[in-house]
Amino acid sequence: MQIKAENLRKEYNGRLIFKNINLEIGDRTCIAVTGINGSGKTTLIRILANLVSPTMGKITYQSKGAEISKEKIHQYCSLVSPYLELYQDLTARENLWFLGKLKKVEKLDSKIDRLMNRFGLKGREDEAVKNYSSGMKQRLKYVFALISDPEILFVDEPRSNLDDHGIRTVYEVLEEQKKNKILIMATNEKEDLKYADRIVRIDG
Amino acid sequence: MRTGSFESMVDAFYIFKKDLIQEFKTRYALNAIILFAVVTLTAVSFSIGVISADDDILCAMFWIILFFSSMSGLSHIFVREEETHTADTLKLVTCPTAVYLGKLLFNFMLLLALEIILVPLYFGLMDFYVRHLPLFLIVLAIGSVGLAGGGTIVAAIIAKASSRGALFTVLSFPVLLPLLISGISATRIAVNARSFTEASAELQTLTAYGVVVITVSILLFEFIWNE
Amino acid sequence: MLNRILPFFLFIWICLVIIGAFLYAPLAEGLGELTRVLYFHVPTAWVTVLAFLTGAVFSVLYLKSKSIKYDYYAESASQLGFVFCILATITGSIWAKMSWGSFWNWDPRETSVFILLLIYAAYFALRSAVEQEDKKAALSAVYSILAFVTVPFFVFIVPRVYTSLHPDPLVNPEGEIHMDAKMLTVFLSSLAGFTVLFIWMIRIKMNLVLIHLKLKEMEN
Repeated sequence: MQIKAENLRKEYNGRLIFKNINLEIGDRTCIAVTGINGSGKTTLIRILANLVSPTMGKITYQSKGAEISKEKIHQYCSLVSPYLELYQDLTARENLWFLGKLKKVEKLDSKIDRLMNRFGLKGREDEAVKNYSSGMKQRLKYVFALISDPEILFVDEPRSNLDDHGIRTVYEVLEEQKKNKILIMATNEKEDLKYADRIVRIDG
Repeated sequence: MRTGSFESMVDAFYIFKKDLIQEFKTRYALNAIILFAVVTLTAVSFSIGVISADDDILCAMFWIILFFSSMSGLSHIFVREEETHTADTLKLVTCPTAVYLGKLLFNFMLLLALEIILVPLYFGLMDFYVRHLPLFLIVLAIGSVGLAGGGTIVAAIIAKASSRGALFTVLSFPVLLPLLISGISATRIAVNARSFTEASAELQTLTAYGVVVITVSILLFEFIWNE
Repeated sequence: MLNRILPFFLFIWICLVIIGAFLYAPLAEGLGELTRVLYFHVPTAWVTVLAFLTGAVFSVLYLKSKSIKYDYYAESASQLGFVFCILATITGSIWAKMSWGSFWNWDPRETSVFILLLIYAAYFALRSAVEQEDKKAALSAVYSILAFVTVPFFVFIVPRVYTSLHPDPLVNPEGEIHMDAKMLTVFLSSLAGFTVLFIWMIRIKMNLVLIHLKLKEMEN
């Protein structure tokens, strides 16, 4: 899997957020996007995940040498972000089941069990997400992100709402992702930055 | 492209099922739409009182109640996704066409549920007698497809804007007006008709309207959804 | 060069149309002085339709290219369309009052013009409800295309439901033209004049848009 971004520029109501962002990301890489609050970290992540389009510039995705069209790219990406929520009225299992089915995950049920267990949510599967604590919600978001074995994993603020134990689990997972595939995170934590192969600094 | 469209259908069904479960847990849209219909119907019935309105007026009134009730519920399906920040979640798991079709199916079912309650009540309370009932039901079914189609795409638009409630009716009305006019006209025919052919022009318009609006919506939806 | 001459030429042309409408063209039988409304009402209605079409075309272009200028163009076309739509409604109402007795009576044509007014109003309401520029552009483009495809249904269904008193537009079903040569000359000149007037106005608006965008770019 490869992402290539050329000359990205984003404006919001004519106000420039960032410009001239060029990236080439291949497998086994971890990229950290950093910058002060409001510098557009989240926006850049959302652009790379094809959730919003850039004002100018172009992104191409390639898998095994063949280009993947924008309509298909969602099958390869996962995102954990404070701005991305799961369905609060549904139970954790319902959430994972529907979203997993839509993402064409195979052996879905066993994967749900395995990941819920790993993130310490075993036994809470059939509770509505709105009854979860914020830390549990964050862990559930990781479960959702990982259930499809994404080629590209985007993580916005990896640590938010997590306790030490949660952070450790997350780091194990991120390590695995980085070992084979692509990991892109938006963060300002020094610890996280140490972890990255490359740091992209965007300054307003 | 072939397998793609089949996949969209399957995905649409999952989205529909998800929305259905969500709806059963909260009953927000269903309550809103049915209560609105009942309240409006009561208001109309109450204010007309013992004076019997003629059939022409009753036909028009029926569609007006149907239109405004649907305006109270059809937008919920998209507004909810925006308000709970789950729109991005959906974008990450499926394609826009599937989302539109799933939501369309849900809104269509919502309208059918509304009609199951509204029609008997209206017939009973308003002393409304339709001679050709099958024609009336077909008009209602085809009309609902168009109403759901137009309502769903406008709902997607207003979910991205502010001041949603008022905007939904304002934007829907001109777009849905051809459907309302043909629906009223077809219902007037059904009141006195003996055969389907008498309303063939209206049925054609209603069908064509549904097909055109839904096709255009599928083409345009990604521009709204990915904004 | 053309830009300098055009407004001047247009001014003279429209003056001639006005003079022609009031002094040159004979009155139609049975309509009396009312005939003269025709030379202004039909062209404004025509320009409304033209502007509506232009707006839809620019909307399609915006969605295809995502270039913000097309959104401004579409907005300009709709603003002009709205103005002409109001003019068509007013001139139509005058006609209706004089010949049918009331300013408004839900004649199919009045209904159609009213629906166009509603569509424009809804379009502007939508625009004012969205702040973010590209979002506003995409949403209003989709809406104007959606409205554009539903309008033909009115043309088909409205006359079936409401009977019309409106005179047949230009050519009646039998293919006859109810105008003598002089009337026709003034009428067609007016139609051409108004069309060019619209093109001239929208060109000015489009140039303004380009200047506005250029200024914005320089600010950045």
